[in-house]
Amino acid sequence: MAETNAGPMLAADGTPLKKSLARALRRQKLRALMLIAPLLIFVLVTFVIPIGDMLLRSVKNDIVADTLPATVEVLGDWDHDAQELPGDDVWTAFYVDMWFAAERKEHTRLGTRLNYELTGVSSLFRKTGRRVDRFDTDIYADQFVALNPEWEAPQTFAAMLDGPAADELPLTADAWARWKEFNVEEGDAVLEEDVPDFVYTALHYELSQGAEVTGASERLRAAAAAVGEFETVSLRDQFADADEDWLDPEVWKTIQLYSPRVTPGYFANAADMQVTPEGLESRPENQQIYGVLFKRTLFMSLVITGSCILLGYPVAWLLANLPMRVANLLMILVLLPFWTSLLVRTSAWKVMLQQQGVVNDVLVWLGLVADDARLTMINNQFGTIVAMTHILLPFMILPMYSVMQTIPPSYLRAAKSLGATNWTAFWRVYFPQSVPGIGAGSILVFILAIGYYITPEIVGGNTGTFISNRIAYHISSSLNWGLAAALGTILLVVVLVLYWAYDRIVGIDNVKLG
Amino acid sequence: MSELTVEKGTPNMMTFTLPMVAGLGLILGFLTGNVVGSPWIGLLLGTVIGAVLGYVLNTMVPSKATGRWVVIIGFAVIGFLFGGLGGAVGGVIIGAIISWFAYWIGRGAYRDDVPIYATPGQTLWWNFFLFICGAIFIFLITPILVVMPLSFNAEDFFTFTPEMLRLDPEGYSLKHYRDFFETSDWQLALKNSLVIAPIATILSVSLGTLAAIGLSQSHVPGRRAIMAILISPMIVPLIISATGMFFFYSTLGNFLEETVGMSKSLVGYIKVILAHAVLGIPFVIITVTATLVGFDRSLTRAAANMGADPVTTFFRVQMPLILPGVISGGLFAFITSFDEVVVVLFVGSAAQKTLPWQMFIGLREQISPTILAVATILVVISIMLLATVELLRRRSERLRGMSPG
Repeated sequence: MAETNAGPMLAADGTPLKKSLARALRRQKLRALMLIAPLLIFVLVTFVIPIGDMLLRSVKNDIVADTLPATVEVLGDWDHDAQELPGDDVWTAFYVDMWFAAERKEHTRLGTRLNYELTGVSSLFRKTGRRVDRFDTDIYADQFVALNPEWEAPQTFAAMLDGPAADELPLTADAWARWKEFNVEEGDAVLEEDVPDFVYTALHYELSQGAEVTGASERLRAAAAAVGEFETVSLRDQFADADEDWLDPEVWKTIQLYSPRVTPGYFANAADMQVTPEGLESRPENQQIYGVLFKRTLFMSLVITGSCILLGYPVAWLLANLPMRVANLLMILVLLPFWTSLLVRTSAWKVMLQQQGVVNDVLVWLGLVADDARLTMINNQFGTIVAMTHILLPFMILPMYSVMQTIPPSYLRAAKSLGATNWTAFWRVYFPQSVPGIGAGSILVFILAIGYYITPEIVGGNTGTFISNRIAYHISSSLNWGLAAALGTILLVVVLVLYWAYDRIVGIDNVKLG
Repeated sequence: MSELTVEKGTPNMMTFTLPMVAGLGLILGFLTGNVVGSPWIGLLLGTVIGAVLGYVLNTMVPSKATGRWVVIIGFAVIGFLFGGLGGAVGGVIIGAIISWFAYWIGRGAYRDDVPIYATPGQTLWWNFFLFICGAIFIFLITPILVVMPLSFNAEDFFTFTPEMLRLDPEGYSLKHYRDFFETSDWQLALKNSLVIAPIATILSVSLGTLAAIGLSQSHVPGRRAIMAILISPMIVPLIISATGMFFFYSTLGNFLEETVGMSKSLVGYIKVILAHAVLGIPFVIITVTATLVGFDRSLTRAAANMGADPVTTFFRVQMPLILPGVISGGLFAFITSFDEVVVVLFVGSAAQKTLPWQMFIGLREQISPTILAVATILVVISIMLLATVELLRRRSERLRGMSPG
């Protein structure tokens, strides 16, 4: 005994007990984490990352910078306030960019993207894409070749632009590099292809701007000296020929505004605003749709939650206060809708509420409504509210029921025996105890209602749709995915705030099913 | 202590029973008269018949069963004479209602559930309350019940035809069911649903059960955060999950097709199955962790003590005990996948069209009542699932020594 008391307490294998216990605890933690890890990774990869991806998409705007890299670079210096068109540097860079975009069929996508911000841009890009390789810029090639036949050979450009001259002729070098890349993509050898017109155009532009070529080859120096005499063609007129909207500074403003890779534009759109060079601005009254839609979604979700409370409370009370055997039987009437397919219930409401539907038939049959004055109960807000109240009612009844079950009935009797009236006993004694159930059910129903898509889509018509229908529309019909992502992000934030409240009031661990 | 019984007495015939039953007769008579086209005659006749029945049944027919049957059969015969088979059914319903009401009022049965000292106002309120609750239950269940007879409609309408209301066999047919079993669209949808839902369920149940066991250990670092992540697919609205998955899964799909070289349809199924599996996980986690709360941890220690390795302990000791929770979690996951339409609409392609998707298309374009036949089949399936979950719940409560529900 004296020996063991002297040192620290030892485990059976001779290590100190404290250390041994710590090791056991660590091992236990590790084992628990190993069991959780597969699922956690699975959920992270298949769910959390996609949601994060969506959040990024709501601000991501790579397409302008990717499709028009040279233009974006020179357009940054353009003063949009001057109400003047950009200079020749922009036109030349834009010509190069458009040529590649049209060859790769990317210009239509870019046009669609910019069309969200300025109507008409889509057709502008489409028209120009068809014309851009038929611009009259071949005169530059002819004049360079007339000056020196070596200008016809791709080898000349390869030698020149891979050398030091590239630094002096950035646009031409860039155009040439992209031309090489393009040929690799197409599986062609760049040295066997004719040098394209836009390279000559870029070269002509840069030489005529006085590029510093004193240290370069004889050939280039000669060309630099001669370009002043060249016959020129105005790219601006060429573009205006394709579509005269290019002469509208608004188009260039839009391109400049959406050049950055991150844009608040989608969120601004989702909030009925637009990004202008001067900052955020509200859209005109008649274009404000999302504010109305968000308000309507919130309003209808509140109405649905309210009617679920009104209908759910008496039923939950009855279920909690009836003898077990009867309550279980009646519970089936609540659980059967809960377990029935959402589409079954939605189609049932379509059958019930339509003009030739069951409810109208019964009303007409009983003579309460004339046959030619059947009520319109579907494809409007009423239909959506009725159908969704029915669909979400079990989610209200079940939490209320589980809370009310725990309230001892003797409290009510005690209150009454102390002289409270029925109403006072209920309002002062029973109701406060049932509030957690109402809170839990309400938040659950509200969260579910605010993101509903199927039911409003089928029975909502035009006036009963939710924000989610708009998201689905942007995903599958208008293909404005960034806006869909922005709308989704806003909705997600609302839901997360509610969820946080739910966690504070009820706790996620207390969610019960069935 | 001997039971103290108090004679409640029966209400006064002339001042209470007769007016009440006559009042119900008035309403029913008015409604029936309306159907035939002469509401005022109906109203008058109904009032008289109600009063007579209220008097006769309560004073001359002491046996409730006899009295009710006589009235029901009588009304059925009258209904049949006036309106054929449909009229007979209407007669049975009206007869059942009015004879039940006559006895209920006449014998004071409406006071059965309220204390003896309740005032008339309280009694009225209680019965009114029951009436409201009954109406809410009817609201809950009617839409589901209405679908069933309509699915046997002989016409291609979503409404009851006059033939159906007359209970004419001509008005009914199985053609929508035949349509369901013979159309390739519906069969493909059924097949897809039956492929996707079980695989997604197996995936979420196996991963979910393991994780739930891990979560129920006593020392889990970051338990709340992990739980929040695992539950998140249930909290995030489906439309947002679907939007996120739409972007990400199309990238994933391209990767699988081009880099790994899988076929297009296989990739489609993989995407939908993964998406559905993750949607089902919260349900498995919630039900299984709830079951594990009642699990006696000393059982695993006892098993280990007797030489069982962890795997044997899991399958022979722990698994059988938590099986009800696992199965009901699995059923929830199954129904989630089987019912799901938003995500599959966004993530899947036409080759992965599931039953709900096909129903959704049908409802939007309103093509045929085949949807109602499918709906009926689905309701029957959900009744079976509900029964299974209920039985499992009772079993698990019994195992835990709780009183059977």
